[in-house]
Amino acid sequence: MSAGGTNSFAPGFYAGDRPKVVTSRFELEDSHTLQRYVATGGYEGLRKALARPATEVHDEVKSATILGRGGAGFPAGNKWGLTPADVWPRYLVVNGDESEPGTYKDRLLMERDPHQLIEGCLIACYAAGLSQCFLYIRGEMALAQERVATALNDAYAAGYVGKNILGSKFSVDIVLHWGAGAYVVGEETALIESLEGNRGMPRLKPPYFPAAIGLYGQPTIVNNVETLSNLPWLMVNGSAAYTAIGTATSPGTRMVAVSGHVKRPGVYEIINGVTTFRDLLFGDEFCRGMREGRTLKAFVPGGGSAPWFLPDQLDLPFEASQVGPAGSMLGSGAIMVMDDTTDIPKAALTLTRFYAHESCGKCTPCREGGTWLERILSRIVDGKGTDADLDQLFEVGESICPGSFPHASSERLGISAVPFPYRMNTICFVGPSAYAPVNSALVLFREEFEARVTKRTHIPVTAVGAAQ
Amino acid sequence: MSTTETNAEETPEVPVDPNAVSITINGRTVAARKGELIISAADREGEFIPRFCYHPRMSPVGMCRQCMVEVEGPRGPMMVVSCMTPVADGQVVRTETEQVKRAQEGMIELLLANHPLDCPVCDKGGECPLQDQAFSHGPGESRFVEEKRHYEKPIAISDLVFLDRERCILCDRCTRFAREVAGDPLISFTQRGNNTQVMTFPDEPFASYFSGNTVQICPVGALTAEPYRFKARPWDLEQRESTCTTCSVGCRTVVQSSRDELVRYQGVDSDPVNWGWLCDRGRFNFQSVNSENRLETPMMKSNGTLATTSWSAALDAVARAMRNASGSVAVLGGARGTNEDAFMWARLADAVGSTMRDAQLDDGLPASVLGYPQATIDLTCNSKTVILLAPDVKEELPVLYVRLRDAATKHGLKVIEVASHDTGFTKYAWRSVKCEPGTQADAVRALLGDAAVAAQLASGDVTIVAGRANLAESAAFTMAAVDAVLSAVPAAKVLPALRRGNVRGALSVGLAPVDGKDAAAILEAAATGKVECLVLLGADPLSDVADADLARRALAGARFVVSVDTFMSASSAHADVVLPAAAYGEKEGTTTNLEGRVTNVVQKITPRGTSRADWMIAAELLHMLGHDAGVANIAEVQKLMSKSVPSFGSVATSVDVKKN
Amino acid sequence: MARLTEENVRLAQEIISRYPRPRSATIPLLHLAQEQDGYVTEDAMAHIGELVGASSAEVYGTASFYEMFKFHPVGKYVINICGTMSCALMGAEELMHHAEQKLGVKMGGTTADGLITVERAECQAACTEAPCLQTNYRYSFRVTPESFDALVDDLRAGRLNDEIPAHGVVARVRQHIPADKGAGVHAPEDVKAAPAWFDGKAAL
Ligand SMILES: Cc1cc2nc3c(=O)[nH]c(=O)nc-3n(C[C@H](O)[C@H](O)[C@H](O)COP(=O)(O)O)c2cc1C
Ligand code: SF4
Ligand code: FES
Repeated sequence: MSAGGTNSFAPGFYAGDRPKVVTSRFELEDSHTLQRYVATGGYEGLRKALARPATEVHDEVKSATILGRGGAGFPAGNKWGLTPADVWPRYLVVNGDESEPGTYKDRLLMERDPHQLIEGCLIACYAAGLSQCFLYIRGEMALAQERVATALNDAYAAGYVGKNILGSKFSVDIVLHWGAGAYVVGEETALIESLEGNRGMPRLKPPYFPAAIGLYGQPTIVNNVETLSNLPWLMVNGSAAYTAIGTATSPGTRMVAVSGHVKRPGVYEIINGVTTFRDLLFGDEFCRGMREGRTLKAFVPGGGSAPWFLPDQLDLPFEASQVGPAGSMLGSGAIMVMDDTTDIPKAALTLTRFYAHESCGKCTPCREGGTWLERILSRIVDGKGTDADLDQLFEVGESICPGSFPHASSERLGISAVPFPYRMNTICFVGPSAYAPVNSALVLFREEFEARVTKRTHIPVTAVGAAQ
Repeated sequence: MSTTETNAEETPEVPVDPNAVSITINGRTVAARKGELIISAADREGEFIPRFCYHPRMSPVGMCRQCMVEVEGPRGPMMVVSCMTPVADGQVVRTETEQVKRAQEGMIELLLANHPLDCPVCDKGGECPLQDQAFSHGPGESRFVEEKRHYEKPIAISDLVFLDRERCILCDRCTRFAREVAGDPLISFTQRGNNTQVMTFPDEPFASYFSGNTVQICPVGALTAEPYRFKARPWDLEQRESTCTTCSVGCRTVVQSSRDELVRYQGVDSDPVNWGWLCDRGRFNFQSVNSENRLETPMMKSNGTLATTSWSAALDAVARAMRNASGSVAVLGGARGTNEDAFMWARLADAVGSTMRDAQLDDGLPASVLGYPQATIDLTCNSKTVILLAPDVKEELPVLYVRLRDAATKHGLKVIEVASHDTGFTKYAWRSVKCEPGTQADAVRALLGDAAVAAQLASGDVTIVAGRANLAESAAFTMAAVDAVLSAVPAAKVLPALRRGNVRGALSVGLAPVDGKDAAAILEAAATGKVECLVLLGADPLSDVADADLARRALAGARFVVSVDTFMSASSAHADVVLPAAAYGEKEGTTTNLEGRVTNVVQKITPRGTSRADWMIAAELLHMLGHDAGVANIAEVQKLMSKSVPSFGSVATSVDVKKN
Repeated sequence: MARLTEENVRLAQEIISRYPRPRSATIPLLHLAQEQDGYVTEDAMAHIGELVGASSAEVYGTASFYEMFKFHPVGKYVINICGTMSCALMGAEELMHHAEQKLGVKMGGTTADGLITVERAECQAACTEAPCLQTNYRYSFRVTPESFDALVDDLRAGRLNDEIPAHGVVARVRQHIPADKGAGVHAPEDVKAAPAWFDGKAAL
């Protein structure tokens, strides 16, 4: 299938002629088979790694500064270094729970190149002395589960996984684990709870930093599927080749998914730190601009949790150190594009509803506040809101995220950016994520809300009064 | 006493404390210890931080977010949950800043969002942390105009406990308790997010011996106890602190009454004993005090049947019988009452020259077990190894089970259980050896031969929890097993697991057998017509003694039988005189728990009918028999007792107490 | 109301054996139960509790946390229509409305013939192919009213029996670790030292 075109094996994926670290096989029909994988240089990275002492492999990964692709962007090599010395066993948990609104990449990586992921897991285990690997795939991803299961069975049979890998002394099991539908389980400590057979409710950090106290209370590395998929290429080509792509602070490539009102929504492997949002949304090799006769209204730059950007921010590159101060985050590489036809309050509602629905219910601000936000917002969307509701949205937000909340700057409104991150009263980011779209929509498009609500002076009911 | 000082007890204090740190709370510099949580340091310093999910006796979860405080950090003040954040030397904590206040009000408003405002009809109303903190730390108004959550309310999750899910604020206290403290995870969070609710498994009720504790620690009115529902309002409750005598653990309680009726017991956090927990049997025991079937007037047998009579007539008859007994008077029982009761009856027995007395009914161990080096509950839980040669602790001494389970599951205590069948503790035992009745000693010797066991026993303190596991077999078998351990581990200590409420007290103030003549021997004597006057002091041989036939023959053989009891028992039906005794909560005194700890029990209501405290009856009889009882009130009994019983009073008579 | 069959108990044991702690197998076993009966029965939850060493209440607590587990019978096919932002922007609301018309049931309902249950779902990680849906977790992309009708007709005509197994079956391939190939599973407390191969020297 022609480079640049989509194809039925990897729906929505467009190769283009850019350097490929993780998607090089996506256009091969049988890219998921062991035979094709090996034929295209598969498991060479592992062989190279095993030929070197673990510490060297670890250092190679460190010097490549592979930024975590799960959302937090923490360099993988450094994370592996955080495990306490002399506490054994240590585990690897692979986060394949991809559920952040707008995010579409890990599923492709698991469906199209499962062996690349498996090889990545093995390299990580070898480098960090991890004695067992659990590959947690989102429950709703049937094909990904089948592809990875097949790949693991073949890899075991061929001696790539399990006992004495490649005839070496290195032995490690990779266990396929799968979820059952809960977004919050993507959060690493919730992922661990879920893997222990419990309700997927996040643990408090501190003290439960997985690297120190993780699975079964043991040191545990949690890495994203894409993060680990980088390792085979890295081991073959070396960190110098890796850092030669992208920028010093954001080396290599990263996968992004652009959805919404663009001509060619799709999944692209882009140059980290270099490609800008304008390239991506309007570039010919990417999304080719807005739908016919439409203009850009706003876009979500880093997954549903990210504060929104306006056309004002189009020229920012995929570079955390620039996106943060501009008031948002790169998150999971999910860009959702809204054109001028978009009903902003409604759009915000689709995200807030998501996070309210996905709240684990553990902490009060998210459990109660998220739903409250959703309730108010849907009343407004149904034309049943009052102007008091608009302030109330901010009030509830304040209980979830105290203090000023990050947002973009706008020439139109004459406001300047409030930088990322925010303060939070919650345990994890689900609560704040329910507020992020509300805050962005209200701050950047307040007039659309005011047009929707009726003026009413708000008469408070005294709660504790009633309690007497 | 605070949780952390508890931990401190587990690791004995060293002169210079390496764990001492100092922090600043609201500008005041205070001493704290490493690892201690900010919230508990603040509690000790009297700086109240509002909270809902935090409970000092359970691991913190940081869920409700009500306890957030400001801590000075590298990048300025940070908000942290004080229930999960440990203190650090030089830490600066602020609990009253604007931001903290804003967060607290925000949380309260969110918690009230879905909470029904039915306080006026809620059992918790007036003693409800949510209600109180809504006043003290709430926004004063709710702007929540949406429809609240709705659930069927309330539903019975067991025979004793009702759950109102609309009131629940999902603090995880009850579910954590069930999982972590009781080890009966029969309730759990179910569903998710805003629909999260506490539930049992369908058709599997919350049948835990400890379920009542969840009602006590519920910070709202979501969990209510059947026996208390709508019984009283907090403001017309009177309460006094006391000790539960349902079994010999001796948990501290507050006894609450309303209009001269007992309505509720609440656990009190006694650090060396019950940590605030009670078992349901003890917690709801006031129902028996309130029972319709209580004895209210004396009864005397006239032509074959018992008929009510006057105290003077009844006591005259008893005094006459004792006078004519010329020494052949036997006193069985005494464990039901206070130390004072038992002491005065022992004096009476002395006065009439009785050599036949036993507070146990062949259902415990020889009183000699009290002569072994004794262990306290704390000492037992802090040992390296415990050897269980006892009845099922979960069944017989429930809160001792809770303490042992805590030590075994959280603090590495290794428990070796020797029993004839699986017990409530088996799944927490390090080793559980099943043996045929009568072969405990052999089983123990076999165990001692096992290298791993020997190594474990050598690794540190060993405590034997010794009690009568099987009434059908002789106590000698258990004692032989205890001796077998002691001969191998001479330094081992013994915690006597004698079940009956104040059995240890009764034995130690004078109702112990004289030269080994125990209940069995006394009944044998009675059966063969060698007992003139048999006094059943809250004892019911027909139901209590394993050999029921012996009991029947004894009651028939004794010339004159006196039953002093709160209820008509199988045995008292055969008595010549039945004297109604004042029950728990109807008399002052002290009780001695299984570790020898003496604590007070209080009178909260007037005795039922004409019933009297056992000690008064004894004093009265002494007087009638021409002896000077020398006591006119409980204080005098206690003075006399501590004078004439050397062992008595040597043990701590006060327990530190803290409420949660 | 069925406990796990003998065959499934054998599978369950194999799954359990891959984890350092049996309880970790809870979710996979719940899937196994749903595969067996089309939904998770109370007996199955109690049975799973016995297998992994948890109380029935704990198993139910875990199961009810997750979207995919159903506690009452559902259609042979469960159609999940995504309603989160990317799909919403591309007409998910309209698609759901159309689905309700076509199937004659509201969201969450099951068709009279018990064949199809239709639900509103959240982001399915196919945002570029919006609006999308899953039928028993098999995707349809860029769904139009026409393609939706075609899907339903194919389901009704049984034309998709090979592609789409009945509800409960997610992955049709299971992992299997041959006894002689596994590196070995140990409870964390039984591991005191670093893996033997983690010795500072190259493994090959
Ligand atoms: C609410 C929430 C959801 C998340 N979902 C995912 C996810 O679906 N996949 C993922 O890889 N990371 C997710 N993360 C990030 C993980 O917590 C964790 O940071 C990441 O898996 C670490 O891997 P990395 O360092 O390779 O990025 C989520 C985080 C939060 C707070
Ligand atoms: S923020 Fe929401 S999802 Fe995260 S822990 Fe709290 S309740 Fe659970
Ligand atoms: S008391 Fe600290 S979070 Fe509930």
